[in-house]
Amino acid sequence: MIQKEDKIMLGHGSGGQMMHKLLEDVFMKHFGNPILNEQTDAAILEAGSAQIAFTTDSFVIDPIFFPGGNIGKLAVCGTVNDLAVSGAEPLYISASFILEEGFLLSDLEIIVESLASEAKKAGVQIVTGDTKVVNKGKCDKLFINTAGIGRVSPENRMVTKALGIIPGDIIIVNGTIGDHGMAIMNARESFNFKTTVQSDCASLNHLIREVLETSEVKFMRDPTRGGVATVLNELAGKIQLGIELDECELPVNNGVKAMCEVLGFDPLHIANEGKVLIVVSAEDGPNLMKVLRNNELGRKSAIIGRIVSEHSGKVVLKNETGGRRIVDSLSGDQLPRIC
Amino acid sequence: MKYVDEYRKKELILSVSEKLKAISKKEIVLMEVCGGHTMAIHRFGLNSLLPATIKLVSGPGCPVCVSSQHFIDTAMAYSKLPGVIITTYGDLIRVPGSSTSLEKERANGSDIRIIYSVLESLEIAKANPDKKVVFLGIGFETTAPLTAAAILQAKKEAIANFFVLSAHKIMPPVMKALVSEGVKIDGFIAPGHVSAITGTAIYNDLATTCGLGVVVAGFEPVDMMQSILMLTSQIESGKPAVEIQYQRVVQPEGNKIAQNMLSEVFEFRDDRWRGLGIIPKSGLNIRDGLSSYDAEVQFNVSVPESTEPKGCICGQILRGLKTPVDCGLFGKKCTPSDPVGACMVSGEGTCATYYKYRS
Repeated sequence: MIQKEDKIMLGHGSGGQMMHKLLEDVFMKHFGNPILNEQTDAAILEAGSAQIAFTTDSFVIDPIFFPGGNIGKLAVCGTVNDLAVSGAEPLYISASFILEEGFLLSDLEIIVESLASEAKKAGVQIVTGDTKVVNKGKCDKLFINTAGIGRVSPENRMVTKALGIIPGDIIIVNGTIGDHGMAIMNARESFNFKTTVQSDCASLNHLIREVLETSEVKFMRDPTRGGVATVLNELAGKIQLGIELDECELPVNNGVKAMCEVLGFDPLHIANEGKVLIVVSAEDGPNLMKVLRNNELGRKSAIIGRIVSEHSGKVVLKNETGGRRIVDSLSGDQLPRIC
Repeated sequence: MKYVDEYRKKELILSVSEKLKAISKKEIVLMEVCGGHTMAIHRFGLNSLLPATIKLVSGPGCPVCVSSQHFIDTAMAYSKLPGVIITTYGDLIRVPGSSTSLEKERANGSDIRIIYSVLESLEIAKANPDKKVVFLGIGFETTAPLTAAAILQAKKEAIANFFVLSAHKIMPPVMKALVSEGVKIDGFIAPGHVSAITGTAIYNDLATTCGLGVVVAGFEPVDMMQSILMLTSQIESGKPAVEIQYQRVVQPEGNKIAQNMLSEVFEFRDDRWRGLGIIPKSGLNIRDGLSSYDAEVQFNVSVPESTEPKGCICGQILRGLKTPVDCGLFGKKCTPSDPVGACMVSGEGTCATYYKYRS
């Protein structure tokens, strides 16, 4: 229940439990309808005999330039990936800009150029847009919103439903986790970690097309804000089965691992922008891994865990020494420890 | 990862576990004082590798958990003063005070900034000469030298708008207080990073007067298992002593430079611990000569006496008398996203650790 004095806090935007509650208490309460209630990355809509996927996303990242990309590239990848994980072929996107008075035009052009070049790479057209300028201090440099439309072919219509998942099915990720979040954190805060950690920001639609052509995918989602932990917790809750992860199988870059050790963060909670989690049957695993590893964006793919009949609704991480811990979704912002 | 992976090797951990099982005869209770150790024990599942004779209990070594509610309330009162910027380590931001938290006050418009090093506060002070920057100093001998360094740096650079609200505490008095209260403890696993600063002589009293062994331990699973083995063999042979397991970091004499900074800036005072009450000579107060940096001297706010939240047993948990599962609020009214007691707020608090690893 919302109290009269409750206010928005930063944790409400972290992609974890606080945000989930906000969605339920405010947005779903007033907007709820059968399409939205599915709560998938993109809405699946009937248009005559065809099905289309429709999604939108806003980008407020700070800093706007970061190792591995910039806000423009990210604005394309984010929307393209939301369509792709919904089983759609991304076709058209919109791009709207909110610009702060005083923002450098030359920086704007760099960002717009990367938006254009990433769109070309992903094979989507930018077909509409909007520009607003606000007084200095009313937004931070620039914010971008993109929306996207894609075509869902009949054989991929069930991808978002998470149906038919059974114990023994495996969970695959297409490479190292936590890179985007830690690259941003290192660029934003004054840690000065001497690391080469780069954002993994990439459009995954071509890779995902290959995946869908190879295997019968039972579930797919891009683990952005809130990280792998949050996506898998939602999945475990939805299918009412357990998920078991192997710590030693989790692909984590050494730089990310080290930053996490120092700050007391869990890579499973850190945002990714070029990763997809895929659930397939154990039989489909080897073939799919081959396909993934043949693609530049899937070289470090790994089977990180499996669906189990125990601890229904929960994600449990096993480590090598026999320790087991529950991996919760993020409860607010991750906070660095002090000692 | 170098210097980490070596200390997480399964074979090594299991071989220490075998040795422990072979030598442990008496039923003993060991207290890991530090929240970082509690985390490591649960994260690596070490309890399952110990013989049934050895019981581990968590101690009062999480700085966020032991900071009194009065301290949080005072910080909140400062945050509402005009022209004040509060700088704090992230852990404190969600700790519930009597009626609100720093996170909520930030949403209400107070300027509260999370920093990663106290020296960032000096930069903020320099960049905002018309504002007053108050750093919330929490932590033990590990973080206190950094606060001391910041105050000395502020003095050197004549930065007049930087202040510290000190809730810094030291470890030995609370350990002794627990023993004299009669809490059953047969030995202490002591935090390695504290002794990296202080050296090991601070614990000599515990061994000679109280007859309790203390092993200064590192934070990886091999460190922890080895420390438990060292303590167990001390107890089995009836020879309590202060020993260093974390030899790759800790020198018996500690870090003299840091010690000198600490004593230049701070003096001991009786201090309030959440759930434990006032413990003599357990806190660090900024010396009179540096009182221009002491927020408590420079800001006049009145903060009403606070009470512990109803039903919360953090105090008994911090004493090692109870575990979180004994608490009626645990996992129900008190969760990491909506904490009642401080032990649930910090990632290294005993309750948060139990919650996270409750499988």
